[in-house]
Amino acid sequence: MAKIIVVTSGKGGVGKTTTSAAISSGIAMRGHKTVVIDFDIGLRNLDIIMNCERRVVYDFVNVINGEANLRQALIKDKRAENLYILPASQTRDKDALTVEGVERILNELAADGFEYIICDSPAGIEHGAFMAMYFADMAIVVANPEVSSVRDSDRILGILQSKSRRAERGERVEECLLLTRYNPERVAKGEMLGVTDVEEILATKLLGVIPESETVLKASNQGIPVIHDIESPAGQAYSDAVGRLLGEEVEHRFMSVEQKGLFKRLFRRSA
Amino acid sequence: MPLLKSLSKKPSASKSAFRLKGGLFPLTLLEISHYERADFEQQLTNKAAEAPIFFNQTPVVLSFEEFDGDISTLPLGELVNICKAQGLLPVALRNSNTELQTQAKHIDLAIMPVGRVKPSKDVTEAEPETAPPENTSVAEKNEDTDEPNAARSAEARSEFSHSPTKTVTTPIRSGQQVYAPGGDLIIMASVSAGAEVLADGNIHIYGALRGRALAGVRGDTSARIFCQSLEAELVSIAGNFKVDEDLRKDHWKSAVQASLDEHTLCITPLV
Ligand SMILES: Nc1ncnc2c1ncn2[C@@H]1O[C@H](COP(=O)(O)OP(=O)(O)OP(=O)(O)O)[C@@H](O)[C@H]1O
Ligand SMILES: [Mg+2]
Repeated sequence: MAKIIVVTSGKGGVGKTTTSAAISSGIAMRGHKTVVIDFDIGLRNLDIIMNCERRVVYDFVNVINGEANLRQALIKDKRAENLYILPASQTRDKDALTVEGVERILNELAADGFEYIICDSPAGIEHGAFMAMYFADMAIVVANPEVSSVRDSDRILGILQSKSRRAERGERVEECLLLTRYNPERVAKGEMLGVTDVEEILATKLLGVIPESETVLKASNQGIPVIHDIESPAGQAYSDAVGRLLGEEVEHRFMSVEQKGLFKRLFRRSA
Repeated sequence: MPLLKSLSKKPSASKSAFRLKGGLFPLTLLEISHYERADFEQQLTNKAAEAPIFFNQTPVVLSFEEFDGDISTLPLGELVNICKAQGLLPVALRNSNTELQTQAKHIDLAIMPVGRVKPSKDVTEAEPETAPPENTSVAEKNEDTDEPNAARSAEARSEFSHSPTKTVTTPIRSGQQVYAPGGDLIIMASVSAGAEVLADGNIHIYGALRGRALAGVRGDTSARIFCQSLEAELVSIAGNFKVDEDLRKDHWKSAVQASLDEHTLCITPLV
């Protein structure tokens, strides 16, 4: 059974596409057959971050419209063995996505043996975002540590649990929070919300905290999902998040300025 | 819905002699299945002896939904007198026919529309001493209780509950609205900023109240709001409200109850 995971946020520019690329790569690198779908019709970002924009022939909308089959449209990732990308169309508009069309593609992918289907949602709460979340079994809600982003995430969680197909069937969508662009120094200065504030407001499980890091921008310019950069804190944080997503117990890191001191203290106490 | 309509804190210059306000009262149904004077009188006397507190000028609605036999020939005046003698005050009829309604007019009984009734238990048998009356709210049957887009999946409403209490176990997110028509609302989580919870009765929040809470929306001035942490945008009881700036002054972020004293909304800490 394929697990459908939407990466969503409400607010734009918080790191959904960065996260979709990193998480899908991470899951695939752990041996699961994975596909990442770009629902941001008309903008096309994912293929650039995944460095496959020059290999796009057919896209998601072509497949929905029956102008191409899945096999023609899926792009095999060059880095992660089990990863495929289904790119968005640059020329169509969002209305090209229909509930029936999306459902058919998701079913085909599941029948093809994909274990994880990651849906990179566009910003907002309009049609495109709705299509990306409608069939989700799980949602990774991406938020930045600031009030407006957290508020939008709250809104998205509400929509998810009331308008998605699972909600319509009286079931819940598994939800988790990924706090990105986290800067412990600025949190300490009171310029940003802290992890505990955000967790308290959103009252949902924390999948991970991704620190603000310039390696992210560098990685996306090079077309290498940042999770491949095992030296960088952001890459490591995404790796940890993938571990948690797959059910491992992984301690949270990168949350405080004096993190080493804290760890030492904890160890001494438990010893 | 008359939510904030009756806000006017100061009555207008030329004092009007009366105001028409919506009220919502629990009424007990006396479901009569057959009538034979002596037998009826005896049974009612026995019942009154069991629960003297209940039989004390208690308004009841005479209902003939389960009546076997012809109600057209029923001596309504006699029946009403027996009730009065035992401390029951018939105020209205329901599920009657034209003959009975003509009789009702002569003895000043109101006619209730036929409508949905909650599954009932014998009130006096259920709790003979305190005898909470069956909640058959007038308003619920007379008006179309249009329920706003609630967190549908989250709500649980027990079929066997005595009062139409609505219980929600999941957070109420920004943009969501939950309404408990005809009764209390219990939320076992937080209410986010940008969310709105409403009830005809009381509102209990076992979490933080960060959004808007409106109790007694049909005019019940005895309604209250309870929450574990007051961080609200607005709190209103029967149209008397306070907003964020007023609320911040006292007991902010502490466990409180809100109630009405005359037309003033009072916030008091819960100990
Ligand atoms: N942890 C991070 N540290 C620094 N920069 C980041 C981080 N995460 C994302 N960014 C940067 O933020 C910008 C927006 O990221 P991204 O495109 O992933 O967001 P998005 O939510 O998909 O945006 P949109 O809503 O437009 O689809 C990019 O320039 C990206 O490099
Ligand atoms: Mg994006």
